[in-house]
Amino acid sequence: MTSAPEVVTLTYREALREGIRDALRRDERVFLMGEDVGPYGGAFGISRGLLEEFGPVRIRDTPLSESAFVGAGIGAALGGMRPIVEVMTVNFSLLALDQILNNAATLLHMSGGLFNVPLVVRMTTGGGRQLAAQHSHSLEGWYAHIPGIRVLAPATLDDARGMLWPALNDPDPVLIFEHGSLFNAKGELPADAGAVDIVHAAVRRSGADVSLITYGGTLPLTLEAAEQLAGEGIDAEVVDLRVLRPLDTPTLLESVSKTHRAVIVDEGWRSGSLSAEISARLAEHAFYDLDAPVARVCRAEVPLPYAAHLEQAALPQADEVVAAAREVVGGHA
Amino acid sequence: MTAPGKPLDRDHGLHLLHEMLRIRRFEEACVELYSATKIRGFLHLYIGEEAVAVGVCEALEPDDAVVATYREHGHALVRGVGAGAVMAEMFGKVEGCSRGRGGSMHLFDAATRLYGGNGIVGGGIPLAGGLALADKLLGRDRITACFFGDGAVAEGEFHESMNLAALWELPVLFCCENNRYAMGTALERHQAQTNLALKASSYAMPAWSVDGMDVLAVEAAARRAVTAVREGGQPLFLELQTYRFRAHSMYDPDLYRTKDEVERWKERDPLVLLTDRMRADGLLDDADLQRLEDDVATEVAAAIDFAERGTLEPVEDLTRFVHSDPPTPPGGTP
Repeated sequence: MTSAPEVVTLTYREALREGIRDALRRDERVFLMGEDVGPYGGAFGISRGLLEEFGPVRIRDTPLSESAFVGAGIGAALGGMRPIVEVMTVNFSLLALDQILNNAATLLHMSGGLFNVPLVVRMTTGGGRQLAAQHSHSLEGWYAHIPGIRVLAPATLDDARGMLWPALNDPDPVLIFEHGSLFNAKGELPADAGAVDIVHAAVRRSGADVSLITYGGTLPLTLEAAEQLAGEGIDAEVVDLRVLRPLDTPTLLESVSKTHRAVIVDEGWRSGSLSAEISARLAEHAFYDLDAPVARVCRAEVPLPYAAHLEQAALPQADEVVAAAREVVGGHA
Repeated sequence: MTAPGKPLDRDHGLHLLHEMLRIRRFEEACVELYSATKIRGFLHLYIGEEAVAVGVCEALEPDDAVVATYREHGHALVRGVGAGAVMAEMFGKVEGCSRGRGGSMHLFDAATRLYGGNGIVGGGIPLAGGLALADKLLGRDRITACFFGDGAVAEGEFHESMNLAALWELPVLFCCENNRYAMGTALERHQAQTNLALKASSYAMPAWSVDGMDVLAVEAAARRAVTAVREGGQPLFLELQTYRFRAHSMYDPDLYRTKDEVERWKERDPLVLLTDRMRADGLLDDADLQRLEDDVATEVAAAIDFAERGTLEPVEDLTRFVHSDPPTPPGGTP
């Protein structure tokens, strides 16, 4: 935290709302559209109060037509607006995948540089709330596969508050993944908190023995694991990716070249995942810096089950991160 | 404005014929250039459907937007994208309207507001709604003409976008180029309700069906439609009943329809219909026709020459236009 004169206490949800409110105030071209963002206040309460403040032209409820309203966001961006499209959850974004992949990510290149798509699409992601297989996906790693879009995963209040405005000023489409387990996380922010960097990863905890690399919803449990490890004499560094595409490889390499060991914590499935990509980059660029094989803690390769004990068994847990870190640190602990 | 049955202005008739002939001869050249392997990939020809793009675009203003499909050479040419830039695009040259990154299916042009060239059936329709939404929000007196085929009417993106456009009163002119086949699947084999205007009217918007082989009928309907969209501030659906004389693409062996059927439709060739009408009215003679042919031949030859002389983008520029250069400053104009 900075030494700003005034500090406010708020939740991740409120920080997201402040980010949207700020953008709406700053730029007349900005508007929010999505399912139930108006009178309902957003499925997760993020846009509550914005309709009253900004009116129905700028806070637009859409029909349940993900493809049409994401595509309309792309068209509106082409037409000079700065749309914020809220897709209720990543699960439903699959219904708009054609628009995201074939249009938003593609138009600039396919048109030979003629048409930028300055669009922001926000969506909730992740499991852990007993919503079963169809409402618990973590597909941000999939989206990070696609050239032409920037993929952001705010895990802190600063990022929840500050990523939107620079995303809206990016001439290219930006997807923002907001983890459902973070909405009620509470903390302090400077009253004048504003835009943050949307290019680099951040070291959330400095350490010397092992790099714990994560993002989004698994940052809190990774920090918790680091605390546990500290009690065991293992000094873990925690790297928050923040930007899933394009990946900030230099920050990862800098950390691993210092600690010589890496554990990747990714709520997505293991196979063909973001964790696989990071492992590959470490193998390609940091092979001779590594003192142990890269370890991964990922979602079990099952559709996420409803029952709490099964769901928790399928999701990354702090004790698994601790165990993986112990393993890679091995006899050096 | 020229409606069927009313006296046809000679210059206007010649102009419409010229536009249709430009598309016809340009695409005939494309076929030869495809055989000569100068053009590769998918090549979808508009031959037979020229009256649709010519008639509709005649009713648009220069700053209206067009969203089209992968069968869009005609729309690009009629909207004013240079024939050379279109041909160079198909040659994969950097002088092409999309710098050789799009090819036949993905023609783009900022000056004439051509937003593709979309290769996914129905994929351009949501975009059209968004372009119209931007115009509405910014208080601009512009409309967006969105072209798609009968095949797209089976896609969810069509239905979602029709509903959204009607619900939000977006100035979109939906132009369904019903050529009776979704690639090779006949209309009655892909639509439970083959009356597409009737189907569209369920979205609480006006919907008309037009003879898409008669450019005068298309133009007259389009002018009424464009006025209704622009002044009424709400969408409208035009079904343009047409027919593609050539196969779906250069890969298509055309096994799903009879030669008789194709020949029957060719009797209503839009160029022949207009030529006959003008001759009957004494507005066209052989010398006029020859002059038009000569003009078009010159234009097509120049386009091919431009494309031949074009250059290839350096491979080092492969990854340009994936992510933009530094972000524009806050508050900057697009």
